[in-house]
Amino acid sequence: MASPARLTCQELVALVTDYIEDQIPVRDRERFDAHLERCAGCVIYVTQIRTTIQALAAFPTGTATPLEWDDLLTAYVTWSAA
Amino acid sequence: MTLTDQLREPGAGGDERRLVQALRNGDEAAFAELIDLYHGSLLRLARSYVSDRAVAEEVVQETWLGVIRGIDRFEGRSSLKTWIYRILTNTAQKRGARERRTVPFSALAGPDEEGGVVDADRFLPEGHLWAGHWASPPASWGESPEERLLAGEAREVIEAAIAELPETQRQVITLRDVDGWPAEEVCNVLDLSEVNQRVLLHRARAKVRNALETYFADPDDG
Repeated sequence: MASPARLTCQELVALVTDYIEDQIPVRDRERFDAHLERCAGCVIYVTQIRTTIQALAAFPTGTATPLEWDDLLTAYVTWSAA
Repeated sequence: MTLTDQLREPGAGGDERRLVQALRNGDEAAFAELIDLYHGSLLRLARSYVSDRAVAEEVVQETWLGVIRGIDRFEGRSSLKTWIYRILTNTAQKRGARERRTVPFSALAGPDEEGGVVDADRFLPEGHLWAGHWASPPASWGESPEERLLAGEAREVIEAAIAELPETQRQVITLRDVDGWPAEEVCNVLDLSEVNQRVLLHRARAKVRNALETYFADPDDG
């Protein structure tokens, strides 16, 4: 195991979500940033996680088809009239 | 500003009472806006419980009917959004349980696993001078991976990766990253601790990244 002062790449990968979600203890954040300054592989990994999140956020979203909409509004109007 | 505008702002559930009152009063415009706001997201969440799209649509339809029938009894102890989504999760779980007897959807995904999200053999082993460091680091996805990621093929890769996730990982990544929900709301609807939610998100994101890594590395793509 690496000395406690420095993260290994494997440890960084395990911490990546805590880091991105800003739920990482200050000390670990400092070690995380320090590791990124000297490890191109981990820079790529973190970038790819962020790119993955962006790709998910860009997913097309769907809405109700007109037919379902009519059914629901009809049910609603019926209910409120009762 | 419409009644549902306040629902679009995270954490701004303050004046939900006016919206709830409008719904109780039979305000069709308010109800239509509510459907427009949540329907797509409810459908995606339903898909994470039941594999069949038609069944998922039925689940969402039942959910909205449940909202209509229950709005008079809604007490405001949770937010309206949490209440609606809980109706969905309850409805979907019942349908999902029935489905699992015929379609082993969640059997396709393995149980939530312990251990690393990246294969251990990607790192240098114990005893090596640089134990724990990349043995085979990730390869860059190029200058503008975003363009490729928006294309249909990459979307299919992402969809397939999400579909293969264990159920709760699938739900967390859908609500957090696809729908952009804050962590607290996801925890409320799915009944998860913040830490547990983050662990599930961590595993899910790693698996989708892994799938994209394979996709980008495929020399037959073009």
